[in-house]
Parts: sequence; C-alpha cells; structure tokens
Amino acid sequence: MTDLLTSPYPALLVGLPVLLATLSLFFRTRGKALVGLLGCLLTAGLAIVAFIEVAQHGTVIHILGGWEPPLGIMLRMDSLAAVFIGMTAVVGVFISLYAWQYFRADESGPGEFPLFWPLWLFLWAGLNGLFLSNDLFNLFVTIEVIGICAVALAVLSGKTTAMFAGLRYLLAAITGSMAYLFGVALIYGSTGTLDLGLLGQVLEPGTTTTFALLVITFGLMVKMAGFPFHFWLPPAHSAALAPVSALLSALVVKGAFYILLRLWMEVFGVSITYAAGQLIGLAGAIAVIWGSWQAFMQTSLKLIVAHSSVAQLGYLLMIFPLLILAPGVTADSADWLSPAWTAGIFQVIAHAFAKASFFLSAGLIIMALGHDRIESLRDLVGNMRITAMAIGLAGVSLIGLPPSGGFMAKWMLLKGIFLSGQWWWAPVVLAGSLLTAGYVFMLLRLAFAPAREMGTFKPVPKSLEIVALILALGSFLIVFPADYMIQFLESTGVFGSGIESIVEGGAYGND
Amino acid sequence: METYQIYSLTSAVLFVIGLGGVFISRHFIKKIIATIIMGGGVFLSFVSFAERDALTFADPVPHALVITGIVVAVASAAFALALARRIYQLTGEESFTKDK
Amino acid sequence: METTSVLPLLILVSSLIPGTLILLLREEQVALRTFLNLSGAVAKVGLIAWVFVGYLRGQEYTFFFRLALDLTFSLRVDQLGLFFAALSAVLWLVTTLYAIGYLEGGKHRRRFFAFFSLCVTASTGIALSGNVLTFFIFYEFLTLSTYPLVVHRGTDKAVEAGRTYLWYTIGGGTVLFLGVVGLFVLAGPIYFGQTEIIADLISVYPTQLSILFFILLTGLAVKAAIFPLHGWLPVSMVAPAPVSALLHAVAVVKAGAFGIVRLVYDVYGIGVAEHMNYLNVLAVFAAFTIIYGSLRALFQDDFKKRLAYSTVSQLSYIALGVAIPGVLTSTGAIVHLVHQGIMKITMFFAAGNVAETYGYKNISQLNGIGRRMPFTMGAFTIAAFGMIGLPPVAGFISKWYLGLGAVETGSYWVVFVLLASSALNAAYFLPIVYRAWFYEPEYEVSRLRSSGRLETQALLLIPVVVTGLLSLAAGVFAAAGGSPLSIAREIAEKLYMP
Repeated sequence: MTDLLTSPYPALLVGLPVLLATLSLFFRTRGKALVGLLGCLLTAGLAIVAFIEVAQHGTVIHILGGWEPPLGIMLRMDSLAAVFIGMTAVVGVFISLYAWQYFRADESGPGEFPLFWPLWLFLWAGLNGLFLSNDLFNLFVTIEVIGICAVALAVLSGKTTAMFAGLRYLLAAITGSMAYLFGVALIYGSTGTLDLGLLGQVLEPGTTTTFALLVITFGLMVKMAGFPFHFWLPPAHSAALAPVSALLSALVVKGAFYILLRLWMEVFGVSITYAAGQLIGLAGAIAVIWGSWQAFMQTSLKLIVAHSSVAQLGYLLMIFPLLILAPGVTADSADWLSPAWTAGIFQVIAHAFAKASFFLSAGLIIMALGHDRIESLRDLVGNMRITAMAIGLAGVSLIGLPPSGGFMAKWMLLKGIFLSGQWWWAPVVLAGSLLTAGYVFMLLRLAFAPAREMGTFKPVPKSLEIVALILALGSFLIVFPADYMIQFLESTGVFGSGIESIVEGGAYGND
Repeated sequence: METYQIYSLTSAVLFVIGLGGVFISRHFIKKIIATIIMGGGVFLSFVSFAERDALTFADPVPHALVITGIVVAVASAAFALALARRIYQLTGEESFTKDK
Repeated sequence: METTSVLPLLILVSSLIPGTLILLLREEQVALRTFLNLSGAVAKVGLIAWVFVGYLRGQEYTFFFRLALDLTFSLRVDQLGLFFAALSAVLWLVTTLYAIGYLEGGKHRRRFFAFFSLCVTASTGIALSGNVLTFFIFYEFLTLSTYPLVVHRGTDKAVEAGRTYLWYTIGGGTVLFLGVVGLFVLAGPIYFGQTEIIADLISVYPTQLSILFFILLTGLAVKAAIFPLHGWLPVSMVAPAPVSALLHAVAVVKAGAFGIVRLVYDVYGIGVAEHMNYLNVLAVFAAFTIIYGSLRALFQDDFKKRLAYSTVSQLSYIALGVAIPGVLTSTGAIVHLVHQGIMKITMFFAAGNVAETYGYKNISQLNGIGRRMPFTMGAFTIAAFGMIGLPPVAGFISKWYLGLGAVETGSYWVVFVLLASSALNAAYFLPIVYRAWFYEPEYEVSRLRSSGRLETQALLLIPVVVTGLLSLAAGVFAAAGGSPLSIAREIAEKLYMP
C-alpha cells in the first residue's frame, strides 16, 4: 500500500469544491452564482489534471493530515475512480454552464436560485469524495452529504410537488444510508476494520457477513433507485429544476451504483453466490422492462425522462450476474468479464451524457411553454430545432442504436451475455431497446406533426440549446476514446475482475 | 448472555422496527421518527461491538464513528422535519396520500 | 492489389455532407440547397463511375477504421456492392430531380432533402459495407433517416404510418442486432466474402449457427418485406411519391433484399446454406410472398397501394433466386435487384405525376389518362410490361433467368410460381394500362401543374421518361457488356467457382 504514489489531488478534489461552496455562501445572489460557476470550472479543471496524474502514475493516494487509517482517512484514486470523476467533471461542467445561463434568463426563466451553486459544489465534493473513498465509513459520510445536497437541490424550486417528492426522496435516502450503516457496523464488529482493501482479505464468509451484505445491498439499491426501490426517483427527478434533474439523473444515482459495484467486487466476494448475482440481475431486468413501459405510458416529458432513468439504471444491475461466475468457473477462463465491465462503464457514461442532455432539453421546453405536456411539443419544433436535435440524438443513444455510446454498452452487454451462456438476459436487452424506441419516437414523431396555433411561446437562449446538443453529441463521441479508456481501466483496480462464487464447503476470495 | 449481546439484539430489533415504520406509516413525522429509530439501532450496534472487544478499555473507533454518524443523522432528520413543516405550511397536509 | 483508400468513404461523404449541411440551412435558402443536393448526387455518380473503372482494372478499394475495441468500421468495394451502390447513386440523382419538381412550394423541404440525402448515404453505406457490423450500422441508420421521410406530410395518417413503419423496422433492427452480436461472439468479425469461417465452424456449432441464420434472416426480412413481415410497406404509402419511389425501388426494401443476398452468399456461403437446408425455408416464404403480394395487389384501387403490394411480390423474386442455388438463379436474383428498382421507380414516378397533375389517386379515375399524359403513361406501360415479364423489357430477363435456373436445378415448382405470378401481374397491371389508353376520359379537368406545352412539369416528366427508357434498355441491351445482366452473371459465376 505504501508503494503507491502520494498525491495532493485526491484531497484537492474534495477540498476545493467545499472551500468554494463555503466561500460562495458569503456573497449575495449574483456573487454566489459567479463564485459557484468559478468553482465548477476549477473543480472540473482539477479533475482533468488529476485524471492525467492517474493515467501517468497509476493509482495515487492521499492520507488526510498525515493521520494514518483507521482513525485518519485515506483517499485513493485508481483508474475506476478517475473515470467516474472525469465523467462527473465533464458532464458537471456543461450542466453548470447551462445553469449559469438558465438561472439568468430573467423573464422567461424560472428565476434566480443562488443556493443552487453552493449546494451543487457540496454535492460535487461529495461525489468526488465517494469515488475516492477507501473505507466503508467514509463512504457513508459521502453518500449522506450527497443525499442531503441532492434533496436540497431537488426542492429548490419551492413548488409543492417538488416538496413532496423531495421529502420522499430524503426519507428513502436516510433509510438507505441507515441500512448501509447497519451493514458497516456488522462488518466492523466481525473484522475490526473498515478499510476496503483490508476487508477484501480478512472478511470471512458467515451469517454476519451475509447479513451485512444483504442490508448494505438493500441500502444501496434504495439509493440508486434499483427495482423495486425505484418509487422515489420519478417524482423527485421530474419535479426538480432542469439543471438539478440533469445532475440527479446523470450523476447522483451513479454514486450508489459505484459503491455497490466496488463493494461487491472488492469486499464481499467471499459470501456472494451465483444466485445472488442472478437475483440482482433479475431486479435489473425488471427495472429495464418496467421503467421503459412506465416511461412509455407518461404524458409529460420530464416524467418520461425520469422513468427512463429507472430503466437505464436497470441495465447497470444486469452486469452483476455476468461478473459473478457460476461455481467451478475460474475468472481466468471467463472471457466475458471484460465485455461486461465495459458495458457497465459505457452505460454509466453514455447515460450520463444522454440523460443530462434530455433533462436540459426538457427544461428548455418548459421554459418556452410553461409546461411539458408532450402533445405541445409539436408547436415548438420549428422554433427549437437544436433542442429537437438534442432530444433526437440523446434518444438514439438511449435506445442503443449505432454508433452511440449506448450502442457500445448494449453491444458489450449482449456480447457478455452470449459469451457467458446466460442467454436468458438477451430478450430483456432487446425488449428494453424496443420499448425505449417506443417512448423516444413517441416524442420525435411530434416533431413531424403539423404545428397548431401557437399559445404563449417564449424564445429560449440559443446558448442553452447548444449546451444540450453538445451533451447529446457527447454520448456519441465517447465511443472514440473507448480503446484508451478500457486500457486505462485495466491498468489498475478492479476492472475486469470477477467473483468466483462459493462452491460447497469452501470459499474462494475474489480475483 | 453477555451484555454486548443484549445490546446487539436490541439494536437489531430497533433497526427492524424503524425500517418497518418507514415503509408502513404515512404520516411525515412518524416516518421521520422511524428513520431516527433505525439510526438509534445502528449506533447502538456500533457501541455494542466496542463493548464486546473491550479488554481494558472500549474500542475508540466505533465511538468516533457513532459521533460522526449522529451528527449526520441529526442533520438529515432536521432537514426532513423542515421539509415536512414547509409542506404543512404550504398545503396543510401532514402525510403522504396515495397520489402524491 | 489491396490498398486502403478513402474513395469508398468519399462516396458516402458525397451525400452525408450535403445532408448535414442542408439540415443547418434555413428553409428559404432554396438555391443553395438545390445546389448542394445536386452537386452531391452528381459527385456520387461520378465517384462510383471512377471506382467502377478502377475496379475493372483490378484495383481494390478498402477502408478501415477501428471505431473502438473490437468494433471495426470497414468499407470495401466488391462487385456486388458496387452494383448496388451504382443503382442507388443513379436512382438518387434521378429522384432528387424529381423531388425538386414534386415538392416545389411545399413545406419543410429543408428537412425533406436533408433526410433524403442521409437516406441515400445509408443505402450506399449498406452497399459498400465490408463487414457485418458496418452493414448493421448503416441498416439502422437507414431506419432513422427514412422515418422523417415517411411521416413527411405530417398528417395523422402519415404519423400513424410512421409508427407502423418504426415498429417493424426497429423491431427488425433489434432482432438483427441480436443476430449480429451472436455471430460476432461465435465467429468473430466476419468480413463479407469470408465464407470459410462459417464453413469451418458449422460442424462445431451447428445448432447455434442455424438459429443465428434465421435470426439474421428475420431481421433482414422485415425490410425485404417478406410475408409475414411486409405489413409496413403498403402502409408507408402515404409518404410523398419520391419517397415511395426511393423506398420501394432502392433504399429500404433493397437494403433488406441485398442483406439477404449478402447473408447467404457472403457470410454463410451457398454451400453451407444449402447443406443445412436453410434455403428451402427461404424459398417457401419467398414463393408464398410472391403469390400473396400479387393477390393482394389485385384488389387495390388506390394506385400507389397496388404498386406497393406489387413491390412486396416482386421483391421476393430476389429472395427466391437466392434460395434456389445455381448460377442462373443467382444471376436472376442479382439482376433483379437492379431491374426491379428501375421499373418500380418508373411506376411510382408515373403514379406521382398523375396524382400531382390531375389529383387522381385511384385507378378507377385513370380513364384515358394516357392520352393526356402520353409520356408518363408510356413509361408506365413499359415498366408494367417489364413487371409482367414481357420481352424485351428488363423484367423479362430476370424472370427468364430465374425460370431457366429453376428448370436446371429441377425445381419445377418455381416455374409454376413464376408463371402464376406473371399471370397475376398481368391481371393487375394490364387493366391500368388498358384503362389509361383505351377508355374515354369522362370529363375534362384542369391541370394542377403544368409547364407550357408539356403534359406536366419538366422536372416531373424527365425522370419518369429516363427510368422508363432505362428499363427498356436494360432488357434490350442485356447481352451487351456492362449491362446489369452481364455484371450480375459475372458475380454469380464467381460465387460458384470452386
């Protein structure tokens, strides 16, 4: 552990946004926004620098204040964390730019929400901290920070529906965290350590471990809106302000997924069974079908997009059954691990870009119309061509048509499914694509319907439309650096590993 | 039965009561209290493990964790209460109804 | 000699760039738009001619681009692909002219021409794809770029048709996706022409590969409109005439038919396909579709709808030719790719002209129309004779080869199918021809469009005459070098060379 390079970047990635968020609290409305935007740009720049650092030197660590664990905190940035941090930075910076303009668009916009900026910076710090954490308790603190900031952002608009949705979201978040923390307590009780790396070695299978795994998985599933705990997501994400919806859907839910993935792969390998993988995959499969179907049934744009998130998160859960090998299969012989991981990572990134673009576009439509009932979209397309294009492109990526990032994810997922011989997941992937095409084209066909009499239509700033379009294009462009990214991910960390599940009597550590 | 086992069991019971409460009750305040009970259970379990390993003195790490945890939990609960209060002021409702 | 060349890419770019640029133009910039469109269309024909000449001299053109990981984008010029690309390019040029005339003064022309160009990009992309993945990418791209064309009118009916169209094509695309990934996992990235890969694997994974064959075939059959997956085709008739023309003659349906040709000849190989009895299944469905389509066509009064069902029927000639192994049937199938294209596009142009000039959409209204529109209906008559299979029009050649090949291989039932179909073709086309030329016009109506003394606008008239003459020429000069037939024959002979 000590042979890893110590670098200041992990600490800065958390510290800088916290510092600027705190700083911005001392300013008035405009100043808050300015400091906030500055903070976003700096944090994003720092994330890129840190990414390059990891790319050059491999995993870097930082021990806060020189206090060694267990009482001190160690941050650890490996390639998986770097990719998530990089994604947060790129998507986050575009959403910030959008928010800057969106909250300034005085007459047509929703007004100014200066608190957005400190909350978003705290949230960003929480996300970075989460990706960098190397012990279970630190993860708890970061998901709590994320949860509270996310809810605060979700209720920022002050509307009643947002309040209800926000309270529900908050209660779900607290429940999830408490369940997670209970698991942490059990783990600590049985091993006396919280360090992820150490736990991977010392954790022994047994009732306590299994129970801890169960409550932790439950807690994180609630947090990431995995089926059947997805109920809080659609109202919360759809009632929030546009940039907030984009942040919540594109980035926040990925945090819980990240922990789930890390813990399953790095820590709980010893007590995870093949059946557990199948079960979580089944939850994902149901989420894909159910979420897409629900999206298809909605009549307002933001609800469609929010339900679509439930489905798209389902695809993420579907990689678990591929990563958990059947008894008797060794990780070396399982050639589908790499495709499955690639599918997961690409699904995370492609969805982040596409969904951010989708929500930002929806925000523009609300700005123009004052509501987002989908039948009104037809009146807009002629005037908001760029937004229509953004929705179209983002939709294509969500469906998974070539050559988008979503296609890459589905291609790899199907490839993994076939290679592993778990063909029963294949129809789910296909049905999901079809249903997604259903709701995406339900929107797009309105672009071709003749416009009716214009109601009250307000022009929207073109710069906002362009940000949405760039994000949509981003979900296509991410395919090109795929080679590099996968190589990078394979260089350190857990990427590409699998769990050799328990064979009767004996237990094997994870790969 | 050792002392710490009593604590552990109690903590598990508290956790389950809280969890059930969160899902079953509709009323805002009841739900919030349920999460606090869950939290109580969790913190108790930490402390009970500290007690178990105590040879000469209790393990300090769980105490540090619990203090941090309590701070976080209090903040969450306060936030939830503030939200609930605001909803009550805005709409007069004090529980989740089916359609909301 | 195999070198990497950007020429195949340029062929695609020649319509991709105009398409993208047009999307960014404003509706009023008509001149610039037309210029972009036509220069793209001409450039494409020129580039294909260039590549064609090079190809004849033994030059090979390939283009590789590794998208990411194991996904490689590959374009490769081979005879079959070039054949199809040439068809697309030429008919695109003609149809562009026609569309400019047809849509004059209409709404949303920017959008129309943009997607029109993208659609042809997809179609030539399909033609020049070097591997299965690239084919799939363009196959999906085609779906996306044609959808706006189908719903172009924006009426409720058009949107409804668009919905049907999408369910079929996206569904087909999804099934194809499954097959493509499955094939990739079992056999790696297959480049067209590498039939030895499957030939080696078929003994290892007979079941899996057979299932995959039918999955792939199902995905392709949607666009090729083989029964029972043909439902979208008659419905999407609501699109404007140039779209129907392009959709039915070149772009969508041919993508499916061409895909089937590729699948059987260049992926699985005829040997395997025959040995594993895949072809019998295909033959049965194709034969059934031929008869079924013709029967349905008989009862349509809507002019375009009758043509649509006729397309369903005629397309399956290609599938049928593929399904009966033999040099002659293969020749018939490949040449029908082109012949059906030029004949059917003529018919749709003619139907569009009648509808645009006089507002007639039903066959029962066509009394004496031949006297008012002699050139249009003359071209239509040629094409109709071709469809029936009368010499010396192009359609005769296709049927002749299919029939000869069937006799040669002893599949006499195919001859019956062909004869029955020809009789049915005659039964639904001849009444139109007869009505047009020999009925008295009931009353005088004024033209909706005209340009001077011509029977209709010049831009509507020239394309139909050109394609009409082309379908005659393809038949008359079939024996000459460089005719579709001689090229098709060459391709077919290569297929069966040991």
